[in-house]
Amino acid sequence: MSWQPGATPGMLHARAALLRDLRGFFEARGVLEVQTPVLGRHTVTEPAIESLPVNANGLSGWLQTSPEYFMKRLLAAGSGSIYQIGPVFRADEQGRRHNPEFTLLEWYRVGFRLEALVDEVADLVREALHGPGPHVVEYRDLMRDHAGVDPWSDDDGVLAARASATSGIAAAQLDRGEALDLLMSGCVEPALVGKGPVIIQHYPPDQCALATVAEVGGVRVARRFELYLDGIEVGNAYEELLDAATQRARFEADNERRRAAGQPTPEPDPKLLAALEAGLPPCSGMAIGVDRLLMHRTGATSLDEVMAFSLDRL
Amino acid sequence: MATYSTNEFRGGLKVMLDGDPCVIVENEFVKPGKGQAFSRVKLRNLMTNRVWERTFKSGETLEAADVLEFDMEYVYSDGEFWHFMKTDGSFEQFAADERAVGDAAKWLKEQDVYTVTLYNGAPLNVTPPAFVDLEVVDTDPGVKGDTAQGGSKPATLSTGAVVNVPLFMEIGEVIRVDTRKNEYVSRVRN
Repeated sequence: MSWQPGATPGMLHARAALLRDLRGFFEARGVLEVQTPVLGRHTVTEPAIESLPVNANGLSGWLQTSPEYFMKRLLAAGSGSIYQIGPVFRADEQGRRHNPEFTLLEWYRVGFRLEALVDEVADLVREALHGPGPHVVEYRDLMRDHAGVDPWSDDDGVLAARASATSGIAAAQLDRGEALDLLMSGCVEPALVGKGPVIIQHYPPDQCALATVAEVGGVRVARRFELYLDGIEVGNAYEELLDAATQRARFEADNERRRAAGQPTPEPDPKLLAALEAGLPPCSGMAIGVDRLLMHRTGATSLDEVMAFSLDRL
Repeated sequence: MATYSTNEFRGGLKVMLDGDPCVIVENEFVKPGKGQAFSRVKLRNLMTNRVWERTFKSGETLEAADVLEFDMEYVYSDGEFWHFMKTDGSFEQFAADERAVGDAAKWLKEQDVYTVTLYNGAPLNVTPPAFVDLEVVDTDPGVKGDTAQGGSKPATLSTGAVVNVPLFMEIGEVIRVDTRKNEYVSRVRN
């Protein structure tokens, strides 16, 4: 049994310096720091994200997997652009680059289209990592070049067959989402190693829970991007969905899938939906894993090196 | 037999894959923020020693392999089988064939203790200790005064293994050998 932390004293200083830099970045841009509850009554319905249930003082709630819903209620109430740095929780996620509790930087820019947020993330990457800004590439181009598929024109059977060839999992066991995930992690991400910061934009619409959809290059794409550092995913951004009815329908579709897969079906957050009905200002938002950012800044190879106490040390 | 789910996969776990017993070398949890979770697993097939890489959907299970490791004393060879005996006082004996003994054969010295891996109760693999002490039974005559020069010559040990030793070593001396690298480590003084 080891009582010792995973992070060295030098790493604790590096973490504090990164947090200082991030706060300085947003303060200089007039983005307000907020704090919202870690324990909420409701949680996300996204099929691939499991929340940890908590019972406290008669509240049967959930540890938040992201501060998104609370922050959107602040936005709808007129907060203006806001950011938050705090702990979030995701059940069943543990590995070299996963820990059930981690630190998320999440921010929303009122009046920003996705392109403006791409520019801001580029500035953040340059300042936080003291290096070059990211290359911006299209999801479709990466899939064509490295996985040999076009998710907009190839049918799901082609995607599953290709994903099966890279993973060894039988094609019949793979749905479209799983096939795309395997092609991304098995074919695209390895090609991004050594490439520094990369922004991948314009995902297939079915790959995005809370993004708006637009037509780009003759196909419908989700206004979403992801930030990668040397092939490691560190953050996700959406031009946020504003329409309450569409949001409600997506929550219900999520829970349909969850029911079919035997997963828990959390009640869609009625207060988030009420806030959307009252009116969320047009905005774009991004979430970045601070621990992974710190890994990159320090050259660490596991979360355990950059966290004081990862799961195995609790 | 028990089964293990992907979230229980750890280095050292023995599982069945495609009908063969395997040991998990490494399990990497792979999950995009918004996507499905997978385990990318490296396994060593204990029958062939080949390393396999497989991806599993999160929550998939593999059957546990009936593979256990025991300390056993090497007793004797009858020409076809090498016989080992448990050191737990049970005197239970196991006969290992050539495939199970493999390269370890050249390090086997009677009454020394080895790690014997049993699969379904039969020896699958024999692993010698990292270091063994063995007598030199044949080598060219020693060169006096050459202790600092480096340089080496082959020497045959009592078990039949051949390793390179410093030029000053003589027949009858006992040396310590690193069995993983097949290398001379030091002279052992009685």
